[in-house]
Amino acid sequence: MPVLDMLTTELRDVNAALHTAARGQANEAYVIENPRGAHAIAVGLDGPVSVTVKGSTGYYCAGMNKTATVHVQGSVGPGVAENMMSGEVIVDGDASQYAGATGHGGLLNIRGNASSRCGISMKGIDIVVHGSIGHMSAFMAQKGNLVVLGDAGEALGDSLYEARLFVRGTVKSLGADCVEKAMRPEHTALLADLLKRAGADARPEEFRRYGSARQLYHFNIDNADQY
Amino acid sequence: MDKTPATEPRQSWTFSREVNAEIRRAAATGIYDIRGGGAKRRVPHFDDLLFLGASISRYPLEGYREKCETGVTLGTRYAKNPIELKIPVTIAGMSFGSLSGPAKEALGRGATMAGTSTTTGDGGMTEEERGHSEKLVYQYLPSRYGMNPDDLRRADAIEVVVGQGAKPGGGGMLLGQKITERVAGMRDLPVGIDQRSACRHPDWTGPDDLEIKILELREITGWEKPIYVKIGGARPYYDTALAVKAGADVVVLDGMQGGTAATQDVFIEHVGQPTLACIRPAVKALQDLGMHREVQLVVSGGIRSGADMAKALALGADAVSIGTAALIALGDNDPRYEAEYNALGTTAGAYDDWHEGRDPAGITTQDPELMKRLDPEAAGRRLRNFLNVMTLECQTIARACGKSHVHNLEPEDLCALTMEAAAMAQVPLAGTDWWPGKAQF
Repeated sequence: MPVLDMLTTELRDVNAALHTAARGQANEAYVIENPRGAHAIAVGLDGPVSVTVKGSTGYYCAGMNKTATVHVQGSVGPGVAENMMSGEVIVDGDASQYAGATGHGGLLNIRGNASSRCGISMKGIDIVVHGSIGHMSAFMAQKGNLVVLGDAGEALGDSLYEARLFVRGTVKSLGADCVEKAMRPEHTALLADLLKRAGADARPEEFRRYGSARQLYHFNIDNADQY
Repeated sequence: MDKTPATEPRQSWTFSREVNAEIRRAAATGIYDIRGGGAKRRVPHFDDLLFLGASISRYPLEGYREKCETGVTLGTRYAKNPIELKIPVTIAGMSFGSLSGPAKEALGRGATMAGTSTTTGDGGMTEEERGHSEKLVYQYLPSRYGMNPDDLRRADAIEVVVGQGAKPGGGGMLLGQKITERVAGMRDLPVGIDQRSACRHPDWTGPDDLEIKILELREITGWEKPIYVKIGGARPYYDTALAVKAGADVVVLDGMQGGTAATQDVFIEHVGQPTLACIRPAVKALQDLGMHREVQLVVSGGIRSGADMAKALALGADAVSIGTAALIALGDNDPRYEAEYNALGTTAGAYDDWHEGRDPAGITTQDPELMKRLDPEAAGRRLRNFLNVMTLECQTIARACGKSHVHNLEPEDLCALTMEAAAMAQVPLAGTDWWPGKAQF
């Protein structure tokens, strides 16, 4: 298994090696040692490659990931897996702000907690957070699923579009146009699949579902107080 | 018998017919006025500057015979593959969604024939524009609608949009009439909703974060592509300096006359600075950092002619960018549709309800029937012609000032017709050697 040690290898060379491996379609497995909180590790991967990061990272780890699997054995800084298209990103520790921001697809599996604005503007990504999430999470979330085994902070799902939010614990407050919705059988099945994929120890029946009331989809001056 | 002389009805300057009409409209509808385009109010502009031309102290170049170069290279600071343009005027970012597919194709065709670049907008990259644009700049916007790494890699440059001259501090707006199935699909939104784009990026705030974001974009694209940072005309000195500090290859500076697809009229007319007021502070920031000509400056917002281009270059820009003028070249607001403009309650030249999607010229619309009115090949040729004329005009002026490259134009070639323009451009008031703020000793 090739090892890229960031004590001796520059970020540019690390990412170039991973890009080459991804393009090679050989499904190789790489290890990154001594990340020391570096930014933009394993970004823009575009093919089947598996990367294990032994330690914590800075901003935008696995940004714009496509197809690849990135496993961080530590915590991550802001914007992990931002704009991810497909593949899987696993974080053993906690995630800072904007985890999974604008992601279009794939699974972001955070085994710790996630800070504020988790899933902001998400566009199809699935995010499972085993711990709790901070305020303004799923702000303007458009598509995809956010699953939280712990609690959610203030203003969950503010100005939500069609993303689905599932929370097992408490929700401090809901944002504008976000409401609790009934868990229908299709939601239970979807949630069961997500929990299984994320290896989460929880049952779908324990969760509540939240979604858009769709009252802000067309501008109406009578809604001005909500903005 | 003579009548007693009557007092003439006198309209108030403060409460003019226009102002009163807007008060009545607001009272009736309960919503602010939304429109497209840029500031319509009169602000100090390039018209308030003149070139001095050659004289005994400097000699001109022979028109049509002696060479006057126009080429410009953008992105020389870090990018492995800078963009080389034949002419120093580019097509500004305009979205598919606000514009029709044929209009985007026409922009690509015209720009490519003239040897310059065009730019995507909010909503992603379409095949029409990628296929017809030899050089395409991919905008990286707060909404990230349609943003994906494949398009990032097939772009020729990346433009991180921080602000826009029409609405510094504001996000995008595309109302339901234009959110067709195709537009909605590209933006991952429900069909027909009123779409508001975010005003700031979802995963960074401030210049330190921007530096890391730019690093990420460079790592994703192998440090090949120039990275532009677009700013609205708010605080041009500091915004330019911070963009440079964050690692920009190119700064795109958009003044308040720069257009938008749609936003509140109050935003367009009351937020941001005129283009003329922004250039010198931005150039000074580059000079103070030792980065003038190292980081290129592209100026937009009300550029309409080769004279405007020449004046912007003389003040220190490396290139200019056009949006509204390009749309007019395609056929926007053409008087031949006057009857239809009248039916919409407006007149050719004043039509700005682009958000309603009923553009008689078939440009700012997603209506399949209206879109057919624009022939992208013919419109592309018109744009090429216009770009060529702009370039010839700029060369004409540059030769008259004795310059063998349009970039050799300089503030010393200019004078100002008004105190305001003299102060903003920092060139002498005509007939004097002084401008407001110039040290006397």
